[in-house]
Amino acid sequence: MSRKIAVIGGGAAGLEASSALASLGFRVVLVEKEDETGGHIKNWHALFPNRRPGTEVLQALRSKLSKEVELFSGKTVTEIKQVQGRFEVGSADGWKAEADAVLLTTGFSLFNASKKEEYGYGIYDNVITSADLESAFSAGKITMKNGEQPKRIGFVHCVGSRDEKAGNIYCSKVCCVTAVKQAIEVKQFLPECEVFCFYMDMRMFGRHYEELYKEAQEKYYIQFIRGRLSESTEDHTGKIILKVEDTLLGKPLKIGVDMLVLMVGMESPDITRKLGSELGLLNDSDRFLVSADQHISANVSEIPGLFFAGTCTGPKNIADTLADARSAALAIAGYFENNSNRS
Amino acid sequence: MAGTVEKVRFGFSVNKDRQIDYDANLKDIADIVLKAEPTINLCISCGTCASTCTAGQFTDFSLRKMILLVRRGETKGLENEISKCMLCGKCQLACPRGVSTRNLILQIHKALKTGAL
Repeated sequence: MSRKIAVIGGGAAGLEASSALASLGFRVVLVEKEDETGGHIKNWHALFPNRRPGTEVLQALRSKLSKEVELFSGKTVTEIKQVQGRFEVGSADGWKAEADAVLLTTGFSLFNASKKEEYGYGIYDNVITSADLESAFSAGKITMKNGEQPKRIGFVHCVGSRDEKAGNIYCSKVCCVTAVKQAIEVKQFLPECEVFCFYMDMRMFGRHYEELYKEAQEKYYIQFIRGRLSESTEDHTGKIILKVEDTLLGKPLKIGVDMLVLMVGMESPDITRKLGSELGLLNDSDRFLVSADQHISANVSEIPGLFFAGTCTGPKNIADTLADARSAALAIAGYFENNSNRS
Repeated sequence: MAGTVEKVRFGFSVNKDRQIDYDANLKDIADIVLKAEPTINLCISCGTCASTCTAGQFTDFSLRKMILLVRRGETKGLENEISKCMLCGKCQLACPRGVSTRNLILQIHKALKTGAL
């Protein structure tokens, strides 16, 4: 009988790791808390940098799952126990599974933008998040609360990231390029709309990201203003008045926009921390899980037989998440190989 | 005396707001210049132009800053500012984004002359 691996979370990392593990000869139990697999990608209309539909990637990941992967959806894992060298995984509704190893692919949660009260999310009508805008793209409609089309939109980078007051000093990595992607999409949707991005640094780290930034300037006339939003207010017409410092001019700047998009960052989800603390795993100061070695054993935990993949160990884009998932599958295969050699 | 008020000087004065009021500012020069020289859109404010600038060695002239001021509609004193440029073109050789900086200066000259202000 081949070894059985429990994969906790059916997002990008969980899907990719499951099919990789199956192809290495393992039996896989994939547990997803929602009714459908896909995690955040299923809420994302298009992906950076090439703006391909999120469903395209999702379908590819789902289609790779073979019959060796047993999928349990609608199950929130609340317990992972070690029983005589094996693991027992259980959900709140009494479902249980046993496994020889566990791979945590619990992903990230989006920063709750209403925590940055001074930006007006949940207070002013036309302040939305990057996730809300993706839903608007999916619905094919970008309108203000009153049904009119916005004539000027502002994007605020680093909402809930690089911000000690929000409890997150780290960079979420993907928000800069997402803002550039979404700014372009807004211009494609509403060519007459003026688009401004307010950034602290433009972190275009991935392949083709800088090119996307250049395209945003060259083809779509998107304006990038270096300065972090201090506060927004709504005037009597419903316009949102932004106060930033134009740091490259060294002057305060006041500008009104019809719609404000907050680029929310990634956070370690509560469930990861709960499962982690019960198992005795360490959380870093950024609350993401701690690998045995950040460079050499990123997929390995301090507990033998328990592994990590994807954004549960920190913000990642999709390509890096998938590579990390395949790497975790190899780490698990290596773990059993070493164990059987020893015994 | 009845009917007259003594002028009292308290030693205070009122400063003009330093804030850039983007919505109130006219962007007419920017509109003309951006249309005439669209490579300005490619500027990433790296400052290479300003650091290589001959005029910038002796005055506070900065092309990087000037592009931003024009874009924000902060065009007061612009004529005097661009008169510092000697059109040597070093900035254009150095620019990593291929902004046609020399033509930018010429276009601002032109926009100012045609009475856009």
